[in-house]
Amino acid sequence: MTGIVTIFQYIISGLAQGSIYAVVAIGFNIIYNSTGIINFAQGEFVVLGAMVSITFSAIFPLWAAIAMGIAVASLYGALVEIVFVKYARAFSPLRAICLASIVFILVSASGLFSFLHPVLSILFGLAVALPFGAGGEFLLLRFQKEQNVLQLIIITIGVSILTRETMKHVWGKDVFALRYFTGTAITTISVGGVYISPQLLWVLGTVTLVVAGLYLFYKYTLVGKAMRAVSLDRKAAQLCGINARLLVTLSFILSAAIGALAGAVTSPQTSTDYKMGSSFAINGFTVAILGGLGNSFAAALAGLLLGVLESFTTAIVPSSYKEVVVIIIMLLILFFKPSGLFGKREERTLKEF
Amino acid sequence: MAARRYIPLAIFIVLLAVVQITVSLAGANYYLTQLTMSLYYALIAVGLCLFMGYAGQVSMGHAGFFGIGAYVQAVVTTSNLLPFKDAGAVRFLDSIGFLIHGKTTLGQPVLYVSPWLALLFALLITVGIAFLIGVPVLKLKGHYLAMATLGFNVIVLTLVLGVKPFGGADGLSGVPPFALVPGVAVSGRFDARVGNYYIAAVLLILGIVVAMNLVRSRVGRALRAIHGNESAAGSLGINTSRYKLYTFVLSAVFAALGGCFLAHYNAAIGPSDIDIMKSVRFVAIVAVGGMDSIWGVVYSGIILTFISLRQVFQSYDEIFFALILIVVMLFSPRGFFRYEYVKNALGKLRARLRKERAG
Repeated sequence: MTGIVTIFQYIISGLAQGSIYAVVAIGFNIIYNSTGIINFAQGEFVVLGAMVSITFSAIFPLWAAIAMGIAVASLYGALVEIVFVKYARAFSPLRAICLASIVFILVSASGLFSFLHPVLSILFGLAVALPFGAGGEFLLLRFQKEQNVLQLIIITIGVSILTRETMKHVWGKDVFALRYFTGTAITTISVGGVYISPQLLWVLGTVTLVVAGLYLFYKYTLVGKAMRAVSLDRKAAQLCGINARLLVTLSFILSAAIGALAGAVTSPQTSTDYKMGSSFAINGFTVAILGGLGNSFAAALAGLLLGVLESFTTAIVPSSYKEVVVIIIMLLILFFKPSGLFGKREERTLKEF
Repeated sequence: MAARRYIPLAIFIVLLAVVQITVSLAGANYYLTQLTMSLYYALIAVGLCLFMGYAGQVSMGHAGFFGIGAYVQAVVTTSNLLPFKDAGAVRFLDSIGFLIHGKTTLGQPVLYVSPWLALLFALLITVGIAFLIGVPVLKLKGHYLAMATLGFNVIVLTLVLGVKPFGGADGLSGVPPFALVPGVAVSGRFDARVGNYYIAAVLLILGIVVAMNLVRSRVGRALRAIHGNESAAGSLGINTSRYKLYTFVLSAVFAALGGCFLAHYNAAIGPSDIDIMKSVRFVAIVAVGGMDSIWGVVYSGIILTFISLRQVFQSYDEIFFALILIVVMLFSPRGFFRYEYVKNALGKLRARLRKERAG
């Protein structure tokens, strides 16, 4: 009897962990579908959402703090897309503002003016950021080259490190955790003899809602349909009057938002520190290719599968090797079935791996 | 014509000598320590440049190969064989001169495998692993390749942290000096700084010459064809996967070689030397140098590593490398340090001067 209970325990915690991987993988897919690139900064969106939520949870109610975390991460996702990914041929005041805010974030994080009164330091930060934003926009306009996919990927790698290191300067190297949504770390609910933390139910519920919400969004809303059209054939979609550029920005916002939500709901149990992003990214990417890159519903299934698998491997190998197991699964899938577990054979001949 | 392409090499050698003499005359020999390390890192960058710039692939895992080289070298040369000195194999190795009787810094006698043998061993292991990894991984392209190589780096790092002989989070220290020939040894000793600077310089120059000749050869032309269009190259009868694999292995050997020598030079190696950020750094150096420009990569490798080692940016070092990577990719994906850019700018200037004189 106890054996079966233990197995259930592993399965449930695996499902919770896996559902988070699924959300990160869906984030990868959203951006991949609209741009064809893998956003290596996806893991940092998750951490950023969690960190901001944790900071605000000290003064605001939990739901408001999480909403702020999602809002900040979404804004950041938009910033990243507008500054680093978009290619514009005309002067774009929006991009200038975004550039200025990135410079402002960097200046504030570096604590260059921290010896001044906070208000003054913000003013000085702005004084530095605004000319840099305008100058940067001018430079981009004059000298930016149109990038190919490989270059865009390298840019997102740069963005991911930039984000991680900035978070290190803002929040330090400490480990933080959001408070439990209901009860405390030791609260458990008994379901047929299996004791689980209510937080697991929160995680599973949130992920189910996200997946269902995305499904409805893509299926029934005009914007969702437009995004699907862009991912199928960008040129044709543009000819139908769809603003593909705006939708790419939107896909970054959406991807960052669900990443941030995932970061917030897992934070109570797994804790958050600035350098967790790369492990989120690796696990999320593994799930994304396990399901077949671009296929979000397969990713949800693959996420649960990987989560349960990982949960059982921790019973056999030390948990410090957990990541190695995941990477080996990723490599095996890449080598033998790059179209994913649920990918069709025809896709294999069409897509480049 | 053949002599002309050695002009940059001659300039480089003169520059290396000028830098050393200036630094020594200024009594600032401590700069040589970081310069020497920069030269080793430049060697790794040259190898990566072959793989990224010429074969047109991407590797986010070269710190892994660096680590394999450095760790194997360090483990082998720091293992004290004195307790086993009566075992047959040890006695045999000792009798043919493959073992060295030395003393630790505390003066205790030790018996360890000759660094030469260790180097051979380390490079063989690197070649083996690079082949094993390379065969399946190089079938992938773009972000799949980037993620797979990144995954390899994480595996190496996790194993190093988890396996006891590799010293865990502390890494390995007390790596003995590497006597190349009697009297000349790779070590971090203060009085051997100048000599070590030139050891690193010679190794780097050898690497550059190998790379230059490879690029000029049939292999180099094949690689450029692969970079241009892999399917087209394949249809011309170029065995694309084999060329990619050989270049991958060669660049892994360059990285491991740098690792082996640095392990002796620093007398230590630790897990922080081989994390993902270091791989990103190598990519940034190659990108700044101009992916397919060996000389650009040499200079960017030396300059960027030196700046970083001098701690110019303190804790903003990673931010600096990330920014530089982004800026290069946005504005000049073909790199900053390119001879042709200088040439073009000079040409434009000359044309303008001529016009002014005429008008």
